[in-house]
Amino acid sequence: MSTESGTRMVDCDIHNTITAGALAPYLPKKWQEYHRRFGRRQLPGDFYPKAMPFASRTDSWPPAGGPPGSDLNFLRRQLLDSWPIDFGILNTLITIRNQERDYDAAMAMAANACQIAEWLEPEPRLRASLLVPFEDAPLAVAEIERHGADRRFVQVLIPSRTSQPLGQRKYWPIFAAAAAHGLPIGIHFGGWSGGYPISGAGWPSYYLEYHTGMSQTFQAQLISLICEGVFEDFPDLKVVFIEGGLGWIAPLLWRLDRSWRQLRAETPRLSQLPSECFRRHFWLTTQPVEEPPQPGQFSTMLDHLGMNGHLLASTDYPHWDFDHPDHALPSSLPADVRRAIRHDNACALYRLEST
Amino acid sequence: MSAPRPNQIDCDVHAVLPSIEALLPYLPAYWREQIAQTGFKGPQDRWYPIRAVAAASRIKDEIPASKVEYLKRDVLDARRELEFAILNCDCAVETLHNPDAAAAIASALNEWLAAEWLACDSRLRASIVVPSQFPDLAAAEIDRMAGRPGFVQVLLPVRSEAPYGSRNFRALFGAVARHGLPVGLHFGGAPGNPPTPIGWPSFYLEEYAGMSSVFQTQLISIVSGGLFDLFPDLRLVLIEGGVAWLPPMLWRFDKNWKGLRREIPWVRRLPSEYIREHVRLTTAPFDAPGDARQLSEVVATLGSDDILLYASDYPHAHGEDRSVTELEFLPAALAARIKSENARTIYRF
Amino acid sequence: MAKHIVGTVAEIPLKGRKLVEVAGRTIGIFNLGGEFFALRHRCPHQGGPLCDGPLGSCVTSSVPGQYDVSRSGEILRCPWHGWEFDVRTGQSWFDPKAVRVRSYEIEVIPGRNLAPPAPGMVPGPYIAESYPITVEQDYLVVEL
Repeated sequence: MSTESGTRMVDCDIHNTITAGALAPYLPKKWQEYHRRFGRRQLPGDFYPKAMPFASRTDSWPPAGGPPGSDLNFLRRQLLDSWPIDFGILNTLITIRNQERDYDAAMAMAANACQIAEWLEPEPRLRASLLVPFEDAPLAVAEIERHGADRRFVQVLIPSRTSQPLGQRKYWPIFAAAAAHGLPIGIHFGGWSGGYPISGAGWPSYYLEYHTGMSQTFQAQLISLICEGVFEDFPDLKVVFIEGGLGWIAPLLWRLDRSWRQLRAETPRLSQLPSECFRRHFWLTTQPVEEPPQPGQFSTMLDHLGMNGHLLASTDYPHWDFDHPDHALPSSLPADVRRAIRHDNACALYRLEST
Repeated sequence: MSAPRPNQIDCDVHAVLPSIEALLPYLPAYWREQIAQTGFKGPQDRWYPIRAVAAASRIKDEIPASKVEYLKRDVLDARRELEFAILNCDCAVETLHNPDAAAAIASALNEWLAAEWLACDSRLRASIVVPSQFPDLAAAEIDRMAGRPGFVQVLLPVRSEAPYGSRNFRALFGAVARHGLPVGLHFGGAPGNPPTPIGWPSFYLEEYAGMSSVFQTQLISIVSGGLFDLFPDLRLVLIEGGVAWLPPMLWRFDKNWKGLRREIPWVRRLPSEYIREHVRLTTAPFDAPGDARQLSEVVATLGSDDILLYASDYPHAHGEDRSVTELEFLPAALAARIKSENARTIYRF
Repeated sequence: MAKHIVGTVAEIPLKGRKLVEVAGRTIGIFNLGGEFFALRHRCPHQGGPLCDGPLGSCVTSSVPGQYDVSRSGEILRCPWHGWEFDVRTGQSWFDPKAVRVRSYEIEVIPGRNLAPPAPGMVPGPYIAESYPITVEQDYLVVEL
């Protein structure tokens, strides 16, 4: 199925699904019972009818049963073995955002154990993102300490909607622990904030609005992380925006630079130009890729962004807005840029070597 | 030497209410007494530190833009090429939870604008202030004010409790359409819900920089909700929202519509087509790159010579460099359109 | 252009479909109310497996909040990004002039007309060995 010879790839956004049944054996008995009886009580926000069932490609349901992303063998067939993929980064989207924090922590621990046993051990090409109860910093730090030395966990996963802007102090211990272990923070689209609407002007009516507005949570998180001076305190911290898109970034950086020049007296902890801070500390996955109407506009966008060394190719398999590894990026990209985006940038960021 | 022919229309200057006392002559007796007896100060809930982005006044203790005399001194008489300036009074009426107070204050603001601003200088035009959080009451105020000379637009704060394309606001837009007025969405607002999808930022800088994403939400909502299909003559002006963010959003919106069209089947064309046809953006702030080549690329990707409207945003200073503010980087013909012709068209001057 | 026998009418029930390999291409064949249509199994967007997608109605509207549903089962959505195609013509719904999937002429030929050597026919998978047994069947023939 692969048509692009010789250009090896790292897929920086794959969603494996851990079903309730798959998770249960890894949960301590008391939490199994809690999970069965009370389950997840989550806040409103994410329940828009998505384009397809399970928000997934309709051809991604495993023939042996289970929801998309739940079957390793089928994932190998449809993705890992279909293209020259050296490594795939798993971003498990299991709910770690419950009101009860110890339950959150138990779910994260169980999911990480499940990832190791059922995904990382059997498939050497896979790497995983560490799930943590991110709204409770001490519990999250404990989970980072537990797995921090395992190089198969390549980042700490936090969803883009959090109960407060991520730059605020309550999250700083998580950044400290991640940075100490050389782990980037992977911020993946999704989750729900502290019950707030998904936009700054209330609840949109349609999934089209939800999806077109995906970048807005990333915009707010970018502004928060930078303006709060997180990178002044944690100069080694790296952040990956996963599934945020690319086109909105350069205009926001221009806007933020201008705003900061004017208002910097309000934010003394930030002492560097915001755009410089961003380009140093942030990485970006490519999916969902921009599709400008004219061919040259994609290259212009990359020129304005100026971060070719920080772009990471991704498919978002098995979601419906999946990017085809060969057809998503324009063929006009120079070969060295293409190679960096498809492979080398990810290897450098995540320190990927064959185990 | 004769005066230069006016060729500038400034689509965003501010009239700032100095205090609730300034509205007393325009309020009914009940509200005058309520203000006196309760100490009610009017819309005070604001997250916008007045001095944060206002240019310092030359005169000590002067509240910038709070009197027409200041505007004449700093803008109308200072710029000989100015033909019209559109007053936007973004007094946060939407913070008032009492519907009748909100309606009374909005009406009083409009009468204050008419009597103490429009009547004092024929170069001034104004936007109608409405209690936007109560769409039926807002519609009534639009019906009341639409025929009054000099009122050329309905002003809405870009931050709202629900996006303006949602069904909640249908009555308000019906009134707008009845009278053929453009709608101006202006930076700011204080509806009570946070200005971001992730709660309340710590700093004004965050909210200020993040406001462009609220403009994005509103634009996406207004197209998706079918307002341009229901009201084919509807014109929308994004005021003080920035410019450079628009083209990538159009790409994203068009891409998504192609696959998600079934959800909103009344949207029958590419969203970007609706936006280029119905929406205009003021130039202050622009959010421009420092590099001239990149700036011309941004302007090119807007894909329309009609879309930009010159605005100074007096008295706010956005720290732009002069060439952007004064459009020196553009070809003369395009600069002329932005300076006045596009506004002349959209406001039907 | 050559004609290829790709199956029998009986194999594809009403509302059904079949994927066939013909001359190096995968083609989806659909039965809409007894009429047959053939589309390339490749979405023009990013190359997704188009003919595996859900079949649905045509949804239009002239008023927000109103949903006009017609032509049940005749609009194919790509299983990936959901682009809609008219099965009858291959045209995309959102831009019928500029965006379409390749569609192919398909005809039904009674089996008794396929006695070898049938002029212009490319052999396989239904080659001559089947017709002496089942000359009463109707065959689907794609030209490409």
